[in-house]
Amino acid sequence: MAEAHPVGFQWVMEAKRRGAKVFHVDPRFTRTSAVADTYLPIRAGTDIALLGGVVRYILDNELDFREYVLAYTNAATIVSERFVDAEDGDGLFSGFDPETGSYVQDSWQYAGRETDSGSGHTARARDSAAGLRHESHGARVGGAVQRDETLQHPRCVYQILKRHFARYTPEMVERVCGVGREQFLKLARAWTENSGRERTGVLIYSVGWTQHSVGVQYIRTGAIIQLLLGNMGRPGGGILALRGHASIQGSTDIPTLYNLLPGYLPMPHHADHPTFDAWVDGIRHPGQKGFWGNARAYAASLLKAYWGDAATPENDFGYGYLPRMTGDHGTYQQVLNMIDGKVKGYFLLGQNPAVGSAHGRAQRLGLANLDWLVVRDLFMIESATFWQNGPEVATGEIVPEQCRTEVFFLPAAAHVEKEGTFTQTQRLVQWREKAVEPPGDARSELWFFYHLGRRLRERLAGSPHPRDRALLDLAWDYPTHGPHAEPSAEAVLREINGYEVATGRPLSSFAQARDDGSTAVGCWIYTGVYADGVNQAARRRPGHEQDWVAAEWGWAWPANRRILYNRASADPQGRPWSERKRYVWWDEATGEWTGYDVPDFERTKPPTYRPPEGASGPEALAGDDPFVMQADGKGWLYAPSGVLDGPLPTHFEPAESPLRNPLYGQQANPARKVYPHPVNSVNPSPPQEHGQVFPYVFTVSRLTEHHTAGGMSRMVRPLAELQPEMFVEVSPALAAEAGLTHLGWAHLISGRAVIEAKVLVTERLTPLRVDGRVIHQLWLPYHFGYEGIVTGDSANDLFGITLDPNVLIQESKVGTCDVRPGRRPTGPALRDLIGDYRRRAGIVPGVPPPVMTTELRPPAGNTDAGPRENDDA
Amino acid sequence: MSRQPRVGDLFRRFRQRLDGPAPHDVPPAGPGRARPRGGEELRVPEAEFTSYYGRPILKPPVWRWDIPAYLFTGGLAAGSSLLAAGGQLTGRPALRRAGRVTALGAVTASAYLLIHDLGRPARFHHMLRVAKPTSPMSVGTWILSAYGPAAGLAAVAEVATWLPERGAAGRARRLLPPAGQVAGLAAAATAPALATYTGVLLATTAVPSWHGAYPHLPIIFAGSALASGAGVGLIAAPCGQVGPARRLALAGAALELYGARSVKTRLGLLSEPYTTGAAGRLLRAGRALTVAGVFGALVARRSRVLSGLSGAALLAASVATRFGIFHGGVASARDPKYTVVPQRERLRRRQADPD
Amino acid sequence: MPDGDSLAGPLDPAPDAGWVAAGPRMGFFTDTSVCIGCKACEVACKEWNDVPASGFDLLGMSYDNTGALTANSWRHVAFVEQSPPTGHDTPGTRFLGMPGPRPPGRDTGVEERTDFRWLMMSDVCKHCTHAACLDVCPTGALFRTEFGSVVVQQDICNGCGYCIPACPYGVIDQRRGDGRAWKCTLCYDRLGAGLTPACAQACPTESIQYGPLDELRERAATRVAQLHARGVPQARLYGHDPNDGVGGDGAFFLLLDEPQVYGLPPDPVAATRDLPRMWRRAGLAALTMAAAAVAAFVGRSS
Repeated sequence: MAEAHPVGFQWVMEAKRRGAKVFHVDPRFTRTSAVADTYLPIRAGTDIALLGGVVRYILDNELDFREYVLAYTNAATIVSERFVDAEDGDGLFSGFDPETGSYVQDSWQYAGRETDSGSGHTARARDSAAGLRHESHGARVGGAVQRDETLQHPRCVYQILKRHFARYTPEMVERVCGVGREQFLKLARAWTENSGRERTGVLIYSVGWTQHSVGVQYIRTGAIIQLLLGNMGRPGGGILALRGHASIQGSTDIPTLYNLLPGYLPMPHHADHPTFDAWVDGIRHPGQKGFWGNARAYAASLLKAYWGDAATPENDFGYGYLPRMTGDHGTYQQVLNMIDGKVKGYFLLGQNPAVGSAHGRAQRLGLANLDWLVVRDLFMIESATFWQNGPEVATGEIVPEQCRTEVFFLPAAAHVEKEGTFTQTQRLVQWREKAVEPPGDARSELWFFYHLGRRLRERLAGSPHPRDRALLDLAWDYPTHGPHAEPSAEAVLREINGYEVATGRPLSSFAQARDDGSTAVGCWIYTGVYADGVNQAARRRPGHEQDWVAAEWGWAWPANRRILYNRASADPQGRPWSERKRYVWWDEATGEWTGYDVPDFERTKPPTYRPPEGASGPEALAGDDPFVMQADGKGWLYAPSGVLDGPLPTHFEPAESPLRNPLYGQQANPARKVYPHPVNSVNPSPPQEHGQVFPYVFTVSRLTEHHTAGGMSRMVRPLAELQPEMFVEVSPALAAEAGLTHLGWAHLISGRAVIEAKVLVTERLTPLRVDGRVIHQLWLPYHFGYEGIVTGDSANDLFGITLDPNVLIQESKVGTCDVRPGRRPTGPALRDLIGDYRRRAGIVPGVPPPVMTTELRPPAGNTDAGPRENDDA
Repeated sequence: MSRQPRVGDLFRRFRQRLDGPAPHDVPPAGPGRARPRGGEELRVPEAEFTSYYGRPILKPPVWRWDIPAYLFTGGLAAGSSLLAAGGQLTGRPALRRAGRVTALGAVTASAYLLIHDLGRPARFHHMLRVAKPTSPMSVGTWILSAYGPAAGLAAVAEVATWLPERGAAGRARRLLPPAGQVAGLAAAATAPALATYTGVLLATTAVPSWHGAYPHLPIIFAGSALASGAGVGLIAAPCGQVGPARRLALAGAALELYGARSVKTRLGLLSEPYTTGAAGRLLRAGRALTVAGVFGALVARRSRVLSGLSGAALLAASVATRFGIFHGGVASARDPKYTVVPQRERLRRRQADPD
Repeated sequence: MPDGDSLAGPLDPAPDAGWVAAGPRMGFFTDTSVCIGCKACEVACKEWNDVPASGFDLLGMSYDNTGALTANSWRHVAFVEQSPPTGHDTPGTRFLGMPGPRPPGRDTGVEERTDFRWLMMSDVCKHCTHAACLDVCPTGALFRTEFGSVVVQQDICNGCGYCIPACPYGVIDQRRGDGRAWKCTLCYDRLGAGLTPACAQACPTESIQYGPLDELRERAATRVAQLHARGVPQARLYGHDPNDGVGGDGAFFLLLDEPQVYGLPPDPVAATRDLPRMWRRAGLAALTMAAAAVAAFVGRSS
């Protein structure tokens, strides 16, 4: 965190000053480790084993916050008798369909609710990265469930959890992760001792966690621990995701993702959502508990914001204009489609995939096979010059004279050269002013899209074609100002906030959104950011002028709430768990919820409230159901749906690993997404042969001095000089073994690429003793490319493409490679070297290794019903 | 992807120097060469110290060859002016003339060297903005400002006999000799200051082997100045007038040798830079030349050639000594050992005895 | 102490330099125990003061690619990697890596370190009470500000270079191609406008604290006591003592190891402290010289 988020890390240091204990787990000793109380080196890609060990430690020693767990989680809920755990399936849960490599989730459901999962089959859900949809809300599940308040029922979640993690002992943690037993126990003790009624502990992860073939399950494991320890919805607790860029949270809320619309409304699928009603019902699940019951109002208001007067109840608010998904449109599928010539044009806005995305060669080959490419960036980045300066030019794979892609480079305004908002990981929306005019032709993104839309609409004016109606009917009427007709960012924020169509009055709460077309809301979760016509995000009341929650600094969605699910900071009766940790509580005298923060609960619903029979939506939530977006109002230790690769996290080896999975016959995530494309390949892992060709584990991450693909730092002198060259960090032992010398050259080889780097031999990297053998790990920064003041080979070139099934995020934090001293070959000799390695490793491009590695037949579930075919209901 | 380093070669070179034998790793010089003969030999304990990647803690002086050259020319000017004044007062015109002319030449060279060494030579006159007693360079500037015109006038007076006897030139011809007498004495009066302030100049730095040598540097420089002045006399004067120069050479050499020996033996660890490397070689050469020069001067009673050679040896000795002292200091600043070890020792003593 | 009162010992430098009604002396307290080595100070300094590039070289000194305080780097973050973790499983290998803080074979063995440490420290001009650079400057280009800091006036400096070896910390430096001496100004221009120096403003963890020196010294003493109480006995202050060789620093530090580990001198002394003695020695030498000259001429000719 200190390495990649030094500004946010000030609060960790503040906590440390006040006595907090800081543990840091990382494959390399970083700047965070330097100031942490304890540092635990770990083998990359084994976090579930470590965290699973903590879960076991908690359960074995009954250290969970039992009152919280019983009342606020689904620990007592009884799961279908058809469910078979991965412990009994050698790594596979019941319902695995080897044909599609995905799960049918019926058997995972709560007892008596086996049909809740809808079709149950998740192959299509994986294509649309449906897991991501659940970022702000729970997945579909029935509300009324069977419970055993004693937690003794063998099929209650608590007991399932206990059995599932029973083998994640400290010894196993040491064997899998390379984390010493004593160190592990120190961590487990500190975590449990600093959680409970009087204390809370926080788990912080960086986005590296998401870049694994089991990334979502990493975070799930963290969530299980935090729920068991009662650290959710309480001050000083929670799970903090350190996002990768300024406002990347904002671009998930109002997304730049193919499968989401603003406010986590799913992008409709052409087959599943033929009508507006089908789409809306697919979100709100009629009859289900929780706040998604109002989805129709959010959806109608969004379409109203898009198409204004043209959106009417009669035409389903223009639902027909919305694009539809037809399958996997994820970024990696698109790159492969580009290579295959299926994509004509591409916009790159503030993104540098030629350096920043996994398998750089595939990225560049894809870009080189377009008709046109628009790159908007601050500097001339690699993704704009691949046709001229890319490494494939040297190897002859791209011939500049013949490269067919026409690249349009448009200079972009930097964040200080335009006004707008940043939304950070705490969902805090902060307005920023324009400090300076952008230089020359540089323009804001807002300007670009507004005027692009305006010009397209001018071109199409009077078009008789129905296909052009979606564009022509858009409400494209933003006020502009200045010599360049810059659209008003505040006007956009007002639309995001939402307003009454008739009066133009801004809404102050998403509860005011209507499904009859009388309101227009650009992003329902942001409603309130422009309440009373005031830009709430621009508030800058200093912290010392308000209480420690500082509710008047910026504005947090939803409803300026700083901690989600904060009803959980009070006990089931509505009293604070402890005076020390009081945050939100039920005030008996006034008959409402109150506290430091905006209560994440209906303000006047008493703790004793019990829903009437047959209630749905928010009304169905009881007075002690704090997880109000979840369909059962509970925090999910066990996820009966919503997670595509298992209801419980299970340790799988990374797709590329030198080690056989010590826990299960199933080596790697069976549901991971693999692309059998000739450009792609996976280095062999056990039980495959020839793994020793790539004997080392490598991982990549950031340096403080640079930013992601380097487009904003390698091009800037005061930053570039701080880390002026690409390097690889190796331990002294590995340096001796591989013949590397400090500041000498080395080259690293994977099945995809060879890159070279200067060697830093440092004690900050350490070999780990794992499963009886020594595993060497190398670390590389991924910031370098071939443009800019300082240049170097790109670490991401080494990776292949293997994705997490839930969110289609690539496994680009761990892979295998070989390392050799000296510089790499150039020109065709470079491809020859890779070819040689591939031959020795038995890699056939385009033929991924078998997904199933267990001898066992996949458990179908404990009843006669086998995996169902994909029979859309 | 071949990419050559563009800037920052300085650090690269520095690191390469670290890779090679560091100054303190240089094997001891051959027997009998670096060892001080007799006297108290301070045993320098094996240095135990830590530093930041072996990097210097101090910035070594950025002065180039100009400054040690100036140390010589300044001293030469001072010594020559004393010689000239002696000649003037005791009726040895050859000594007077040679001294005055050399002084002018040397002080002119000094001014050139000092200005040339500036980072911004065009701003040399900024030295005259202030007079700061805490700045030996400022003090030196004013000494030089007092000395320079006097030495110049004294030298110019020597050309009076070449001037026509009539007109303005004639008036100058009449006035110059007495003015020269006064100026010559004035120059001689400021000469000792000119010769010795440079010792304070070097010592008022953090450079360990300069600052540590502050009691000795003025002595060395005084001796070196006298010896070089004497050298001028030995070269220029006929045998009949050379006696004082010979005695001056003896005195100067004695001071110079005594001072040089002090810095090489009495500074503990900080003597080391004066006995090793380039500084050690220069100081040894200086000692040899001084001894040779004095010996030559004493034996060359009747030989002008031998006398001249002796004078030249003394001049060369002075040059070698000045550069030796200069480089010894630079070497001590470059190696963090000379900064860390004595300071730690000082701390330890202070902690042991808080008074 | 003969006439050396203003050359050594505690004093308030701004009034001493002739400022009437000067405010409290301002300075930095750099607490290295919370430094995360982000180098924001280096970048903020370069941006604000428009300092040129200092080079694009990978130095191999941990993450320090700046190398030292120079004319082109007025803040420098030092990175020190110390001692392998105990129980480290690397038998029989020779360490080929970056040079450590100790030359091989010269371990003092004084402290038995049990854990790997990565020390970071943002170094800066110390703005000494008795600033040798200022005192030896022959042009008056270096001056004492009303905040007690030491600043080079770039329109005066003629690049004589005297301040450079005079600095006992090796801070001030000549800029190549420019010829003048440059160093931290404590953001004199910002201070005048009531702002915090750029580096302190940018420091995310309050490792660099700016304020009245008296306050900072109190805060630092509290912090050291706190760290000692928390089992960090290595914590010590550096440059805080008005009785040290430079009369105390305007920028002082909390260190976690010996000063020289970070490239700081263990017991710096302003050379000007010895000026009276040095002038006396020079005077003695001058007299000797004059006497020798007189003797040489008087000796036989009388």
